[in-house]
Formats: sequence, C-alpha cells, structure tokens
Amino acid sequence: MNHGTSLLWKQRALSSLSATRRGLPKEKMSENGMSRAKVLTIDTMNPTVKKVEYAVRGPIVQRAVELERELSEGMKKPFAEVIKANIGDAHAMGQQPITFFRQVLALCSYPELLSDSIFPEDAKNRACRILNSCGGNSLGAYSASQGIESVRQDVARYIERRDGGVPCDPDNIYLTTGASDGIVTMLKLLVCGEGAARTGVMISIPQYPLYSAALAELGAVQINYYLNEEKCWSLDISELQRALNEARRYCNPRALCIINPGNPTGQVQSRQCIEDVIRFAAKERLFLMADEVYQDNVYAEGCQFHSFKKVLFEMGPEYSETVELASFHSTSKCYMGECGFRGGYMEIINMDDEVKAQLTKLLSVRLCPPVPGQALMDLVVNPPQPGEPSYERFISERTATLSALAEKAKLTEQVLNTVEGIRCNPVQGAMYSFPRITIPEKAIKEATDVGQQPDMFYCMKMLEETGICLVPGSGFGQKDGTYHFRMTILPPKDKLKILLNKVQEFHQKFTQQYS
Amino acid sequence: MSVLQEISSNVKNMKQLEYSDLARRMTQIKEDLRQGVEKPFKEVIDVSWGDPHRGGMKPLTFVRQVLAACVYPQLMNDNKLPVDVRQRAQKLLDGCAGRSVGSYSATQGIPEIVQRVSEFISRRDGGVPSNPENIFLCCGSQWALSRILNVLVNAEAAFTTGVLAPAPCYRTTTLSIEGLGGVVIPYYLSEEQGWELQVEELQQALESAGGACNPIALYVINPGNPTGHVQSRKSMQEVIRFASEKRLFLLADEVYQGCIYGEKEFVSYKRVLAEMGPPLSDTVELASFHSASKGFMGECGLRGGYVELVNLDPAVKKYIYTLFTADSSAPLLGQIALDLMTNPPLPGDPSYFQFDQETQHIKSTVDKNVKKAFEVVNSLQGFSCPAVEGGAFAFPRIHLPAKAIQKAKEVGMQPDTFYCLKLLEEAGVLVSPGSDFGQKEGTFHFRFCILILHDVLEELLRRLTLFHTQFMKDFS
Repeated sequence: MNHGTSLLWKQRALSSLSATRRGLPKEKMSENGMSRAKVLTIDTMNPTVKKVEYAVRGPIVQRAVELERELSEGMKKPFAEVIKANIGDAHAMGQQPITFFRQVLALCSYPELLSDSIFPEDAKNRACRILNSCGGNSLGAYSASQGIESVRQDVARYIERRDGGVPCDPDNIYLTTGASDGIVTMLKLLVCGEGAARTGVMISIPQYPLYSAALAELGAVQINYYLNEEKCWSLDISELQRALNEARRYCNPRALCIINPGNPTGQVQSRQCIEDVIRFAAKERLFLMADEVYQDNVYAEGCQFHSFKKVLFEMGPEYSETVELASFHSTSKCYMGECGFRGGYMEIINMDDEVKAQLTKLLSVRLCPPVPGQALMDLVVNPPQPGEPSYERFISERTATLSALAEKAKLTEQVLNTVEGIRCNPVQGAMYSFPRITIPEKAIKEATDVGQQPDMFYCMKMLEETGICLVPGSGFGQKDGTYHFRMTILPPKDKLKILLNKVQEFHQKFTQQYS
Repeated sequence: MSVLQEISSNVKNMKQLEYSDLARRMTQIKEDLRQGVEKPFKEVIDVSWGDPHRGGMKPLTFVRQVLAACVYPQLMNDNKLPVDVRQRAQKLLDGCAGRSVGSYSATQGIPEIVQRVSEFISRRDGGVPSNPENIFLCCGSQWALSRILNVLVNAEAAFTTGVLAPAPCYRTTTLSIEGLGGVVIPYYLSEEQGWELQVEELQQALESAGGACNPIALYVINPGNPTGHVQSRKSMQEVIRFASEKRLFLLADEVYQGCIYGEKEFVSYKRVLAEMGPPLSDTVELASFHSASKGFMGECGLRGGYVELVNLDPAVKKYIYTLFTADSSAPLLGQIALDLMTNPPLPGDPSYFQFDQETQHIKSTVDKNVKKAFEVVNSLQGFSCPAVEGGAFAFPRIHLPAKAIQKAKEVGMQPDTFYCLKLLEEAGVLVSPGSDFGQKEGTFHFRFCILILHDVLEELLRRLTLFHTQFMKDFS
C-alpha cells in the first residue's frame, strides 16, 4: 500500500470519526466499494441497552447449547448429555405439571371436551367459570389490561386467606406476564430524575439479574446491599443503612427490592427481619418491592414464609396506611413450575390514585397478559377443595413435588459441604444452591489473563468437562474476592446425586490442576 | 405524601386516551344493566377492540384441538382427536423442554417453530430467503415492537429521538414511543385517496420536525389500522427509497396481512425490498412484525407475535439478543399458535376439510360485513367512509354539524368523543373516537371492528342509523 492510499484511508477514517463525535449520521461513503453506514449502529443505538446483561441466559448457556448441538451431531465428549442446571425451569428437569390445572386449561382451550367423560366434574365447572369471564367465552380474546376481573377477585380472596384475613382489594391486583412484567413495569414507573437526583433502587447482592438488567436498561442507579453469607444470607438493617447513606451522596434512593425466599441464595427471612425492613422503608421513605414468587418453596425446619403484606398490616395503621408496597407472585415456581404460561400478579398497597392512573397507561401498552396464564393463576389461587373429585390427587401431587424439592435441597447442601473448597449454606427455600467456591490463585490468574471472571472461567471448564451448565456467581453479584455458582436443585433425585458427584469430582480435579 | 408522587416523565408524557373515559362509562352502563336499570338497549355492543373472538367469531377447531392436546397430552391417547392433530401436538411437544408447554423456551423461541416461521416467510415472499437467526418470537407483536423501539429511542441523547408514524395511527404504538422518551412525528395519510400514503407527506413531516428532534425510524402499518388501506407496491417502493435516502430505520407492522378484502393483494415490505435489488435490498434496515392475534385465528389472548430483522448490524443484533434474554421467553401457547398459523392443515390432511370450511365461513362473514358497513355508513347523511381494503376496522368520517361541535366544546370534550359518548349512552354501542388516533384538524372519525358476527354488525348498524339520524336532527 503506497503512502498516498494510506493517507486516503486515514482521511476517511478521521472524517467518519468526527461525524460520529458530532452525533451526526455518517455521510454516505463514496462509490468505490466502501459500504454504506447503517442507521442503527452501536454508536447510534440506545446506550442503556448495551449495559443489559442477564447471566441466567448468558454466554455460558449459549456455549451449552452449542455443545448440545455438537453431541447430537455425534461429536465425542467426556459426557453423554448437557445438564442445564442454570435455569429455574422445573418442567424442563422433569417435574410433572399438576393434573387438575392441565385438565382445566385443556377444557378452556377446546370446550368441546366438556362432553368428554375423561374429565372430572370439578375441572369442567372450573373451565366453564373461567370461560364465562372471557370475552366471547374464549381464551383467545383480549382481557382488560389489568387482567380478568373475576380472576383478580379470586386472587384477592387467596391473599386474604393466606394472610389470615388481612383485607385485599381486587382493584389493587394487577395480573402480569410472569412476575418479571410487574417488576419491570413498577421500575419503569418510578425511575426518573437527572444527575444526583436520578432514582436509585436498592437490591440485594446477590440478586436475580432481572433487577440489574432492568435498572441498567432504565438508566437507574443500582444500590447494592450485601446479604450476610456467614449468617445464612440474612439481611442486616445496618447494611441497608450503610448502603442507603452512601447512595444518597450521588442519587435519589426511592425503592427497596427484596426477594423472599431469596434467589439465588434461598434464604427465608424471619418475621423480625421483615418487620425491620418495613420500619426501615417507612423511616427512609422508600417504595418497597417484595418479590415473593417462591412463597411455597420453603423447606428448612424453623423457616416459614411471611408475606410482606401480612406483616405490614399486623404492624398497625402507622405502617399499614403509609408504607407503599408492591408484592409479586407468579405461576412459574412453587409446586406449579408453569414458566411457559407467563402467569403472574402484583398487589399494590397505598399507591396514590394519580399514580395508579399512570400505571394503567403504562400497562395498556402491552395490551393484556396471556389469558391462559391468567386462567392458570385463577386455578393456583383457587385449587381443588376437600370433598371435590380432584382434591386427593391434587394434594398428593403438590405434596410429592414440594417434598421432593425439600429432599433435594437437603441433599444438595449435604453433598456440596463434603467437598473441600466448597461451602454451601442451607438451602432454606426457592430452587437453587449458591455455594461459595475456593478458586486457586493460579486459576484466578489464568482467568484474568483471558479476560474472564474467575467463577465464569471455573464454570466454563466444568461445562466443557462434565456437561453441567451452571451460572457463575458474578452473574448475580457477590462480595469482592469471593466466588460462587448457582445450581438448581431441580433435576430428579437420582440425576441430582450424579450431578453433585460430578461437581465434587470436577472441583477436586480443578483444585488439583491449579494448585 | 406519596413516595411515588414523582414518576417517570416518559410515562407522564404518554397521552391519556379519550377512549379510557368511554371504557369506564361502559363499565358503569354494563353494571346498570346487570342491576336491571332500564335502558334503550339490552346489552352493550363493544366494537372498540380488534378482537374477533370478543366479536363472536369462533376459534379454529384444528388450532384449539392441538393446543388442548399440548396442554394435556393424555388427550393424544384419545381417538376422538384427528390423527393430524395428534401428530402435530407430538411434534410440538418434542420441541418443548421436558415435553411440557410449562417450561421456558430458548430466547428466540422454540427452535423448530422459529424455523417453520422462517420457512413460512420465505414461501409467502415467493422464495426470498429468511434466516431463523433474525427472528424473535414474542409476547405479541406490540411487545416485540416496543423492544425494538427501545433499541432505537435514545432517551439520554441531546436530541429527542423521533419516529415517523402515520396519522391516523394505532394508538398503542404511539403510546409506546412516548413511553420510551421518544417523540412521534406524524405524517398525514390522504383521506381523499382512501388513506393512501403519499411520500410528499413523509417529506413534509420530516421538514416540520425540523431540528427539534433526531428522526431515526419510520413506522408503517400495512394493512392500515385504523384506516383499512392496503398499500400498493409502488407506494411501498417510494417508502423504501425515502427511508434509504433519509437514513431511517423501517418498522413495518404487518399484523393484518391475513385480513384482505376486495381486489388488492398484500405484499410484504421484505419482499418489495428484496425485489428492488441492491443496493437498497442490502442496506435498508427493516423490522417486520406479525402476530397470531388477527387473521382467521384471531388468538389475541394467547399473545403470540414475532419480529423479523433485515439488514441489521450484527453487533447491534447481539445486543438485541441479550435484551430479549431478560424477557425470559414468549408464552409457549402463543408460540404454538404461531406454528399453527404459519403451517395450517393442507389439502389431504384429515383436519383440512373442517379447517377450510371454518376459514371460508369467516372470510365470507367478513366480506359481507365490509360490504354492509360500507353501504349503510355511506347511505347516512353526514357520514363518509372509504371501502375497507384490509385490516380489522372501518374508520368512517363524521361531518359533525357546527352546533354539535359547539356543544362538545362547552362540555370540554373532543367533538368525536362527544359523539361516541352519546352513541354509547343512547344506543349502547362502544367505538373508538378518532381523536385518539390522530386526524387532520377539523375532521372527526371513529373506529369500529368489522371482524364480528354478521348479526352483531347488522344490529350495530341498525342502532347507529337510528342514533345518527336523531343526532343530526338534534344538532342541525
């Protein structure tokens, strides 16, 4: 390349650079073969979208999918199958759906089946009731944006029963497309302000990365409060205070998010803790967002789920009439595991009417939540009752699923704690273990050299050698210098045992290799 | 004082629709009727949504049988279900993790379904290739559109992002743009020419936006909502050239492609673009949207939609993929609905006969509706309405007498909202006022759905005729 040409290239490069710097669209390049610049480039696109990450479906999962493809094409691997222990998807791991729910939903989908004797009477009655509340008696009609009214009423009654009679107004219930839709909508609503007045949102570390993704997308300030790993991931109010005080220097903290039972940590907060959080939110005037999607997944002795709403009301009018709270639930977890239906709801307490009107506008943009998911939520809050034909079967299926999960939670904790270099807190609830792993210095260095987080490096190696796909702790947040991974407890017990043994073997080998 | 008093200014800037007042009033009226209050009508006819099932249209049997079998696989042991239903359900469940419609799918959708959607697109477009990697199945087409808008609209930039959108326009899209911190740049469709898109109007719109914002995208709806216009190939070519010249990202909302009446044919933007050849076919960036909510299936409640991306920068696509990962996945039943929409029963299949009968029936019903609505509406003094060429709605113009406009001003309402409220209260018919969609100053319209049972349409038109005749008398 002679001097003249290289100057020409340089000139062009410079002029395009300055165009970008001026924020103007690039000039159409000349006709000698240089391609026309795109309208939508990484420079012109919304910058906050570039900050979005979601580790649960991140790069390690993409590699796992590639490996699956290679296996199916006959490539030899040190493992016979890829095990996706990265995602809280119960059915994918073999958990069975609740028969009654699927029967009613099938009847709703194809009402001609109402004349089919294979379906019990109570399923048929339920289906009719649901269809009567749908436009044109069809799951295919739009519902109101806030969700089918009769379903919201049923949800309200469920909440009242669950919370020992604390009243629930159906107008405060919003059906959502999974809990995620409700969470993101609330965040969209409240994030505002510029510079030092920009909204800050408090979230636990470690957290479910939907929160960090939504906050990044909205350009909100993420305020981290650390859960206490030594005390079984409990929440210290002093830590909340520390995080808040510090954050007040550079943003306007307005909301506090808490996941209970926790994801990824599995901790079930004590009643005292929940009261303390409520008092904190009241004192510091924070909007409280309580993610309670794992409310039926409580396994450990001495642990119990306490809903934020119930505790709030039991604290008396000083709190129950002032603290603004949104609680979230979903059909994706617990004993249902129906992720694919995208069913969920949120209950909003003490929200201003004017703000509610704005919320309604925001929700209207996605039209309505999937109607089958709404129908499913109706069944979840209104399951078969004693005496009804489907009751026995329902109870036995639900008990079997929940007790299997409890067993697997215990098993996971036990096996992982036998491994030197792995320390696993009791899995009190939810669907995951989040053990702490010791990674040798050599491995940390190698990871850093290739530009990877050490626990990602560890998990990638585990994937390539054992076929087990986990999510590195860096995807959820963790104290500096500590490393973890999140593994679901969902595979069937026999498979889980094998999995845990493989993890043990791998860890020992890895530690040896990098000693 | 509420913590939440301060909320996002983007949300505050979203236009409050006139329609919401009407919907609230309808709820009250329905409650009154339930309580036995006397009214000039026994029930409310709600034609404000593009919702065929709500309008009495029946779901397609094949679709619902497959869905039921997927939801409750024990049904597949049932010989009462046709063989092709059972086979399809088997195949679909094979693609689901754990063979359950309750599991999440891959981010872009169940791979086999995404593949089949891309094959459908290619068939539809006379062989223009479609790459499954460019397709995302979503919770309805509006969800997909708002994700793509999210990538385009830069709320932090010095200049507000502008998106050209038609006037009149489907209101959910304009709300979406506003909610993201963008600004809508309206281009007026030509009512005299049956709501044609004239490229001079696009130019005019861009000029009027001046330096006030940074226009980045051009949104078109074809077939139109609310207008019912089906774009000609020539017009689409002009739009494409305009987008290329003015460096605009093209957003093509084509959810009504299955709803075509009369002479015109639907051709997709992707196809027109491909047929225009390089350099345009290789460079114009396009996102096209489709859905299982309209057409013969009308499965709005299942929330099944998709977006196909054309000519996007690979680096941007990576970010779009990551953005979609945080949404988990589209509802499985919605994805299945897309599979069934793009791969219906074929001649020779056991379900074909009934499927064909049902779709033909829907087609003839809607054709009748379109004709009848055109006749009746245009026969009334003070109404004019072009023929509905496609889509789900009629969008007649009401030439309101000065007295009515005056009265509306006195009660603080938009004139067409005033008309619609009276129509609701006195005739029990709920339609959507034109002011929500954007219309030329001094013109008034309303929109009603024509994907409804023919009897319902006839009753609707009967009530409208009576009401309108009286209204024009009262305000003459």
